[in-house]
Amino acid sequence: MSQAPAICTRGVTRDFTAGQQTITVLHGIDLDIRAGELTYLVGESGSGKTTMISIMCGILWPTEGEVKVFGTDIYELSDTELVEFRLNNIGFIFQQYNLIPAIDAASNAAVPLIAQGMDRHEARERAVEMMAKLNIADQADKLPNQLSGGQQQRVAIARALVHEPRLVVCDEPTAALDASSGRRVMDLLREVAVAEDRACIIVTHDNRVFDLADRILVLEDGKIIHDGTEMPEEH
Amino acid sequence: MIWIAIRMLTGDAQKFYGLVFGIAFSTLLITQQLTIFVNLLERGASGVYNVSSADVWVMDPVSRTTDVSYALPSTALDKVRGVPGVEWAVPHIRAQASVRTKSGDLEGVAVIGVDDATLIGLPKNMIEGSPDVLSQPDSVIIDDVGMTRMFPGQSPIGERLELNDQRAVIRGIADATPSFTSTVVLYTKYSQALNYVPGTRNRLSFVLVGAEDPSQAKALSEKIERETGLKAQTRDEFARDGVDFIIENTGIPLNFGITVALGFIVGVAIVGLTFSLFIRDNIKQFGALKAIGVTNGKIRKMVAAQAALVGFVGYGLGVLGTLAFIWSFSANPTFKGFYIPWQIPIISLVAVTLILALTGWLALRNVLKTEPAAVFR
Ligand SMILES: Nc1ncnc2c1ncn2[C@@H]1O[C@H](COP(=O)(O)OP(=O)(O)O)[C@@H](O)[C@H]1O
Ligand SMILES: [Mg+2]
Repeated sequence: MSQAPAICTRGVTRDFTAGQQTITVLHGIDLDIRAGELTYLVGESGSGKTTMISIMCGILWPTEGEVKVFGTDIYELSDTELVEFRLNNIGFIFQQYNLIPAIDAASNAAVPLIAQGMDRHEARERAVEMMAKLNIADQADKLPNQLSGGQQQRVAIARALVHEPRLVVCDEPTAALDASSGRRVMDLLREVAVAEDRACIIVTHDNRVFDLADRILVLEDGKIIHDGTEMPEEH
Repeated sequence: MIWIAIRMLTGDAQKFYGLVFGIAFSTLLITQQLTIFVNLLERGASGVYNVSSADVWVMDPVSRTTDVSYALPSTALDKVRGVPGVEWAVPHIRAQASVRTKSGDLEGVAVIGVDDATLIGLPKNMIEGSPDVLSQPDSVIIDDVGMTRMFPGQSPIGERLELNDQRAVIRGIADATPSFTSTVVLYTKYSQALNYVPGTRNRLSFVLVGAEDPSQAKALSEKIERETGLKAQTRDEFARDGVDFIIENTGIPLNFGITVALGFIVGVAIVGLTFSLFIRDNIKQFGALKAIGVTNGKIRKMVAAQAALVGFVGYGLGVLGTLAFIWSFSANPTFKGFYIPWQIPIISLVAVTLILALTGWLALRNVLKTEPAAVFR
């Protein structure tokens, strides 16, 4: 059964102006991201990965081009509609986790549900269930600063998944981790984040985990130079 | 989300207390200073209100307040009595004198001579003794502020004074509102006061008038002015004159105005800085919330809730602090009868709301400006 792509970008470019200079970071990117796959976005530092993923998840406006997420042309939405769209459809895993220090782990994981208007206690219960899948249910009552870095990341992952978004995005999740923990996190993401009707894009340049991807896109100087199930030979 | 906002704020105890302190400090300063200001101003009218039975005060046209008056000829009394609508009119003398206390100190006092027959001119209530003691020779009645000033911690009853080198014996204590300067006041009979006050020809300060119809006091005062050529003020007008005199002739409004403005500015500074620091410390979390899908409208409500909590707690503490201040000084006669007019807490509430609206808005601008894309940086 061939589905419509989860994300569809056409002619996406992005310029940044720094002082007098304008640099073009992305040069007309056409991409289709499918649901049910773990997609890696790979490339050298500065190649435009973060810029691309930010545009695909609706937090950075492209200079030109269109982005459809599950059929919605997201940059045609009003500001408020776009925020609502993100809240209901996208899960974010930030590199720095950005947990709220004053509320416990489960409440942090429950934030998207609370923002959607769900009762705080019910949202927290759902978050604890999600934390159980990530094997950290026993940390539910702890404050972020009482958790290890790895545990905090799992809370951040729980927060990205708790509202069952159709798209999950993640920028360099293993950058700060050693080889074995990096692999564990990727394994975990494969297990909990990838689903039939969910697209999952991970930005990484960590060659230790390339074998876990279903699809690898390589970005170089703002262009996609490779699209396949494995890394090209020269890398 | 409001719950999260409140937890974010209270979770940072240092900043939360800083913010509450800033608001409490401003509230205390503004409420307390305005309270003292208003009460002090009202002291300008105490001379009028201590003589509660007079509906109209008649005086020389140049006289301004109970304490700034020019003497009338004694014929004024009969002239006023002749005006229709006047039920009674009595002489009233107010003068400065010096008293030599037993310890040899010299103290400036106000001598008030009240009508010999009716004793109109005395405060309504006595703390000790009865008004009748004035019929004994050389009797004076001291006011309670004067008592605590001249005889701290002891009873003044029976004490002898030298009042402008004349003998005076204290035989009663009157319950009076102190004057603006808290001067010691000695009440005596009009005829006796004439002995105490050095003899110029005219020594009658005021004629106090009771109206046949007190509700027509204003009309009566105008009639008295027309028929006698003297100045006549109703009780309320004359009280107002006393307050205006202080406003016009002292630096008090300016001084208090400056202190209140400082309270406001210090509040803005403390709260503004702390609020901005708090927001800056949490800017990443706010950015994450924005990326996840919290609208700017909800962010505004979150910051508003934080400001409201700070305002509620800080304002409450500030008002309680003012009450504690007034209560702890209530035994001090200078603060006798001090109260907080209801307008003052409302004014400080408005000030606090302004401080929080201003500083909250400044802090909020940083959050609203934050690009959600910054979370991946
Ligand atoms: N907000 C910005 N302002 C100016 N230049 C930017 C901005 N964001 C990214 N860039 C530039 O765009 C290029 C690509 O950045 P980025 O997308 O972060 O690459 P990557 O994530 O692959 O390292 C870099 O040269 C970076 O300096
Ligand atoms: Mg990057």
